[in-house]
Amino acid sequence: MKEKLNAIREAAQAALADCADARALDAVRVKYLGKKGEVTALMKNMRNLSAEERPVFGQMVNDLRAAIDDGLTAARERIEEAALAAKLKNETIDVTMPGEPVTVGRKHPLNVVLDEVKDIFLGMGFSIGEGPEVELDYYNFEALNIPKDHPARDTQDTFYISDNVVLRTQTSPIQVRTMEKQKPPIRIIAPGRVFRSDAVDATHSPLFHQIEGLVVDKNITMSDLKGILEMFAKKLYGEQTVVRFRPHHFPFTEPSAEMDMQCFSCKGEGCRLCKGEGWIEVLGCGMVHPKVLECCGIDPNEYSGYAFGIGLERIVMGRYKINDIRMFYENDVRFLHQFD
Amino acid sequence: MKLPMSWLAEFVDTDGISMKEYNAALTMSGSKVEGIEYLGEEINKVVTGKIISSVDHPNSDHLHICMVDVGKEEPLQIVCGAPNADVGAIVPVALHKSTLPGGVKITKGKLRGEVSNGMLCSHEELGLTLNEVPYGDPNGLLHLDPSTPIGMDIRKVLGLDEYVTEFEITSNRPDCLSVIGLARETAATFNRPLKLHDPVVKGSGGNICDDLSIEIKDTDLCPRYTAKLVKNIKIEPSPAWMRERLFAAGVRPINNIVDITNYVMLEYGQPMHAFDYACLHDGKIIVRRPTEGEIIETLDGQKHELTPDMLCIADGTNPTAVAGVMGGFESEITEKTQTVVFESACFHGATVRVTAKKLGMRTEASARFEKGLSPENTMPAVLRACELVEMLGAGEVVDGVIDVDYSNHEPKRLPLECDKMNKLLGLSLSDEEQIEILTRLGFTVENGEVIVPYYRIDIERMCDLAEEVARIYGYNNIPTTLYAGESVLGALTEKQLFERKLGSLARTCGFDETISYSFGSPKMYDLIGLPEDSEQRISVTILNPLGEDFSVLRTTALPTLLDNLTHNFNHRNPAANLYEIATIYTPSIKDGKADPDVLPHEQHVLTLGSYGTLSFFQFKGALETILNRADVKDISFEPVNDNPSYHPGRCAKVLSGDTVIGVFGTIHPLIAKKTGIDQEILSAELYVDAMFDHMDAVKLYAPLPKFPASTRDIAVLCDENIPVASMEKAIKAAVGEILESVSLFDVYRGDKLPQGKKSVAYSLKLRHAERTLTDNECIDAMNKAIKALGDKFGAVLRG
Repeated sequence: MKEKLNAIREAAQAALADCADARALDAVRVKYLGKKGEVTALMKNMRNLSAEERPVFGQMVNDLRAAIDDGLTAARERIEEAALAAKLKNETIDVTMPGEPVTVGRKHPLNVVLDEVKDIFLGMGFSIGEGPEVELDYYNFEALNIPKDHPARDTQDTFYISDNVVLRTQTSPIQVRTMEKQKPPIRIIAPGRVFRSDAVDATHSPLFHQIEGLVVDKNITMSDLKGILEMFAKKLYGEQTVVRFRPHHFPFTEPSAEMDMQCFSCKGEGCRLCKGEGWIEVLGCGMVHPKVLECCGIDPNEYSGYAFGIGLERIVMGRYKINDIRMFYENDVRFLHQFD
Repeated sequence: MKLPMSWLAEFVDTDGISMKEYNAALTMSGSKVEGIEYLGEEINKVVTGKIISSVDHPNSDHLHICMVDVGKEEPLQIVCGAPNADVGAIVPVALHKSTLPGGVKITKGKLRGEVSNGMLCSHEELGLTLNEVPYGDPNGLLHLDPSTPIGMDIRKVLGLDEYVTEFEITSNRPDCLSVIGLARETAATFNRPLKLHDPVVKGSGGNICDDLSIEIKDTDLCPRYTAKLVKNIKIEPSPAWMRERLFAAGVRPINNIVDITNYVMLEYGQPMHAFDYACLHDGKIIVRRPTEGEIIETLDGQKHELTPDMLCIADGTNPTAVAGVMGGFESEITEKTQTVVFESACFHGATVRVTAKKLGMRTEASARFEKGLSPENTMPAVLRACELVEMLGAGEVVDGVIDVDYSNHEPKRLPLECDKMNKLLGLSLSDEEQIEILTRLGFTVENGEVIVPYYRIDIERMCDLAEEVARIYGYNNIPTTLYAGESVLGALTEKQLFERKLGSLARTCGFDETISYSFGSPKMYDLIGLPEDSEQRISVTILNPLGEDFSVLRTTALPTLLDNLTHNFNHRNPAANLYEIATIYTPSIKDGKADPDVLPHEQHVLTLGSYGTLSFFQFKGALETILNRADVKDISFEPVNDNPSYHPGRCAKVLSGDTVIGVFGTIHPLIAKKTGIDQEILSAELYVDAMFDHMDAVKLYAPLPKFPASTRDIAVLCDENIPVASMEKAIKAAVGEILESVSLFDVYRGDKLPQGKKSVAYSLKLRHAERTLTDNECIDAMNKAIKALGDKFGAVLRG
């Protein structure tokens, strides 16, 4: 009897080992464990055995059934694994083939940098001021301490609409408009387009962008001006940035200064990039002229302030090594796709 | 302003200061150095030599073989082609391996078989003209003075061993457009003494008043006019030292008298003029406004018509100079001039500026006057000129001076406010430190008052003095602080955030941002097909444009959008999707024209433009996404068939509720043809203000549905020309609240349908918030929809 059981066990195991798919497996199950299967038949034969033999035999048959069951499970797992492996192999693709592009547009490089500048100043408590591009002579010049016959008017070749209306040559009129509307504390930057009658070439454009800054409050000092602009330069150009402040003249600030950045290429020694000067001019700034404050109805004995003006194109050209200002206004997508 | 360093050294000791240090220090104290030039930069190994013999070259009809003594043991053999290679002459000799201006290199070699160890030079080969070396030979070698030592570096002989510093002088410091002015700055910067010199004039008797009278008629424009008279003039070239300094300073030497006026202008910053006395009618000088239409011929031979807002120097009858700008041709100094009047005057800056501009003659003199000069300088300058006349032996100075002086000699006084200055600068300098700096700069402090030196016309109040202290103390020595003060919130306004969002959405939808010019040619309105009488053609017009292409401010951003697309198409970019948040300028209209004195209405337009990738409905989809995600409420589209820029069958206005917020569509094929783009161009123009006004960004949570939706489809047959949007609207109105959404999923036209008909299919999603809809309710809803479509549009259900 025992031999018979062993023979069945071995035969079943051999059959399972040969199974290559689920159907063959099922055939093995039916052959041994099905209603008419060999193991089932053994159980049916039990009634022919004695009462003492029955439990022993029963145990042996159950063991056999369990062994075949385990064999079935193992074989099923083996077959499923093989099937999965075959399926995965079949589904293999060349993952180095290019993806299908999702087109997302890009910011204009001027606005890439402008948005950075705005975010830096927003983080320092500044708001964004605005003013018209077609501006009264009064705001563009007179109120900024540049009367009609002032020589500074020569350096800003102005587009005139009438005797009293110009295309603004600078964003500084926004200072005046802001101070007329708002009482201190004032802390704004005002980016915008400005216009000068410069013929178009690689470094000149009749239209370009400035970012004006204005802070007016009690006890504002030139130290504060230096502090905020140095901070700005480090945020925009990196912590290692070295700046210097050099006296200059603007009619609407006194004292006035220009801020230079040490040439990052030659570290101040002078090279081709900085035209041998070692420094690159970044912006003009100064303490708001008391005449300008007075003009806006702010008492210079009570309040002081500083102002600055940054040329956007120059910063962007420096950052991306763009050597022709005209590229900004041609809007060629091959250009626009290089930034942002 | 070009400053020859040897000239500067007359007024301040610069020993021990390298050019690099000088450059850095002056730049940081406020006189920005633009560049430093060494005049002899390009000349190397060129020395003086004496021609000791000269024989004709055997193989040439014009070359000579010269032996030249250059102070070495052996004379050099040099072949020379100049006709004046005279024995005994001292000439510049470019030795073997020497360099000359223009990158010329000289090496020894053979000329037609004869050894030549260098080259004998003309003035031109040294980069000079006959103005600098009037004794030069126009066709030959430069013969130097016979007393010139042999073997000397030619740069030392010709004044080319000189450093010249070029400064950028700001418009508030006309006093620094002079050697003395820059010497003052140098002295203050390095804290070294300033050595000034009072001119001494010996005189030769006589009295100027016997020959000349001067009257200022318009004292508002000329507060002071000072003049001296010089007789027995001998016009000749000025001496080498004067020519060399003028040349170094960038001024062309002419003759002794003219050179003296230029020399004094450069040294003192006071423009001078010399009149030929013989040409002054009645021995009179009258400073007056010209009468309308008076004509003057200036030194440059140009005739100018003067106007009464100018100022002229007239003699008894005619204008003889444009005050502060240029002298007259008639009274020019010539070889024949016998007697000269030196003018040293102070003219009203603004008048000189306007005059120079009107006449198109900006001169060294006008550039100084227009910034405003002090009247104090006229006397020392005219005396210096006369001193130089005597020094040069150019004439005899007549005794006496005419000084018509209406100027105020009282110096400006300002309170010394050391605390206020510290407070403005963020410094804590002692009073003594501040006073020390001011004193170095020529200010005097007495009794708590600062007395401003006459030449500092720019100093008016405390902040000006503060800048003086700060720049000498050093801007870089001012500490940096971050003002703590009252906290202010830094934030974008709602409108600014809205614009940021529009840009971000446009990019998300695949559009690249552009920035274009605000101005264009009036022809841009032709391009976009605006009718001749369109009000949109009325634009803000620039009086002095760079050209017609930049002459008017755009009233619509469509032309610049088309330009940008065209540029891309012409550069073979297969596709472009562009957007811009563009400013347009709508003028106030008066009598059918733009009113130039009223500021135009400026507003932003979001423009979108595309060719090459997007279909009409993909473009519209992008537009809808932008509007939807920007929270512009209640968007709808209505066909437009009369916009001249767009295809009459492919254009719609965009509405928010009843308000038109923009237009979009396919650009009219005729306009597309004009741009050269042979594809469908899509464009949209959306008014940012209008969108912002119709934005509803309030978000409230809507609970997710608890009961299932029921989806039913219907297809109807209707007339071809019924817009689907109106059918959709009708369905919504008929079905009411339980209609969650309705979406068009098919439009079919074709052979199987009757002529002029189309089949339109919708999918309706029905849902009740509080219970599951019954079948009957759904059937009822569908019937309502079908009935409405039938009643309104004659549409019938397709079987």
